[in-house]
Amino acid sequence: MGVVTPARPTPRTRPARAAQRVRNRDGWWAALFLAPQVLGLLAFLVFPLGFAVVLAFMKWDGLGEKSWVGFDNFAAQLTDPEFGTAVWNTVKLALLTVPIGLTLALLVALALNNVRGRTFYRVVYFLPVVTSSVAVAVMWQVILASGDYGVLNSTLHRWFGVTPPDWLDDPGWVIVAIAVVTIWSSLGLNVVIFLAGLQTIPPSLTEAARIDGAGPVRVLRSVTLPMISPTIFFSTVVAVISSFQAFDQIYVLVNPDHNEGARTIVYQVYDLGFQKFEFGMSSAAALILLALTLLVTFVQFAAQKRLVHYDS
Amino acid sequence: MAVIPASPGSRPGARRLGRIGLHAALAAGGLLMLFPFVWMLLTSFKGAHQMLNTPLDWLPNPWRAQNYPDAFGALPFAQAYWNSFYIAVLNVVLTLFTSAMAAYAFARIRFRGSGLLFGLFLATQMVPQQVTVVPLYLMLAELGWVDSHLALIVPGFVNPFAVFLLRQFIRAVPIELEEAARLDGAGRWTIFWRIVLPNVRPGLGALGIIVFLASWNGFFFPLIFLNSPELATVPLLVSQFAGQHGATDYGLTLAASAISVIPMMIAFLIGQRRILNSMAMSGLGGR
Repeated sequence: MGVVTPARPTPRTRPARAAQRVRNRDGWWAALFLAPQVLGLLAFLVFPLGFAVVLAFMKWDGLGEKSWVGFDNFAAQLTDPEFGTAVWNTVKLALLTVPIGLTLALLVALALNNVRGRTFYRVVYFLPVVTSSVAVAVMWQVILASGDYGVLNSTLHRWFGVTPPDWLDDPGWVIVAIAVVTIWSSLGLNVVIFLAGLQTIPPSLTEAARIDGAGPVRVLRSVTLPMISPTIFFSTVVAVISSFQAFDQIYVLVNPDHNEGARTIVYQVYDLGFQKFEFGMSSAAALILLALTLLVTFVQFAAQKRLVHYDS
Repeated sequence: MAVIPASPGSRPGARRLGRIGLHAALAAGGLLMLFPFVWMLLTSFKGAHQMLNTPLDWLPNPWRAQNYPDAFGALPFAQAYWNSFYIAVLNVVLTLFTSAMAAYAFARIRFRGSGLLFGLFLATQMVPQQVTVVPLYLMLAELGWVDSHLALIVPGFVNPFAVFLLRQFIRAVPIELEEAARLDGAGRWTIFWRIVLPNVRPGLGALGIIVFLASWNGFFFPLIFLNSPELATVPLLVSQFAGQHGATDYGLTLAASAISVIPMMIAFLIGQRRILNSMAMSGLGGR
């Protein structure tokens, strides 16, 4: 909490001057301590961000002439049906993964909070989190493969007589498949975070509510959920941002070049930038993604004022 | 603290039934979590011909362990392990050191614009890495760092989240320790190095685990910046392998995938308590 100046019974001017000197020196120390991270941030984040804004108003393939095109790249992206698909798929993925994923995580965490053998379950649910997204995608590719080659569809067909869709090839279903894989691989992280949040609730609080005659549902609604609402809020913000940035599982699980149903904004950025070398277009798409991220995060922060309970 | 004490009026029979139900649900969920791993292992022992069998075989017949040496030999796995490992270690060291420094400045040094700068640090967290990746690529290409590990090591140390997390830890170190050291004539650097860092060791450990995992499992940056096979990290190698053999030989691909996963699994099982606590801590924002 900054420097605490000890109160000493000395004449008034001397400590004031000494404090002034300390503060001047402190400025230098602060600069020294901050230098690596701040310079790194400027070089590898702020500067590229500014560069992206400039690029977004240019037409450039990396080799030929650069030329200013004004808002053409944005206009081209916003009217491109491919980009429209990408935006819609990004939104769909977030709408599928965030509410379902976090609700499941909360249910598992509540169950674990009331049960013995917590350590064992925590480990099991967390295994996918420490597994690389590439390995996760490869595993699920084999499970979700079409027809008789995939264990899921062959089992559904043989045991239940249904003919399920080709999860990875059907443009209408692929985002559901991606959502399932995303939820599976991030569930454990949210469970562990929620569980830690639940364990910060003083048992006396829930007990007091129970003594006052509250049933389990009432305790959950009036004590437990409000108490962990800051954690839920934090996890929601993180989950939305990371779902907007999902790339690895999509790239490895399905190639969106072959299945438009899997094209997200992030994939569009990658495709335009690193496969088609349209750096201007790619930057424009990236900035639209940034705007969307900021907008959604802002809305969440506005909503939390009413929904989140902060107890100091 | 796990068990809810029986409230007056609830019947013990109903409670036990409820608990059995909870266990059943958790176990069923656990099986769903484990199944992809089990299926990966089963598939990794199947021969190429078994992919074509209908109905699908659940068990390998015969068990073809040869997939493992084959997969290991087909790709420079040993090299990739080393690459992933040393990049992750450097990422951890550089990130911890520089972000602890910045965190100390934010937590304990008063300077003009401290709050604003910290706010800006936090705000940069919202910028998706894909937004800056094209300009970053052009920059690093200019420096000659594309297709080199420098592209992963150098920009990787910038980590506002790490600064945020360590600031929380440093603020919890009693200020009296620092004042006592100052009375003994210690300067800022000595205080940081001798007093503050040893006192935030749990935070550094937690952060180290998080940074290591993110670096080890990272895919997007290696995909963008690396081309040469001998520079590939483990996930990049597996994705290339799956791209080449995925549709033709599941057994081989899944053996490659298993080879990539098993060391991390073992490390996780050994250090699970610390890893899980680190993750929980970071999720609660260092509280």
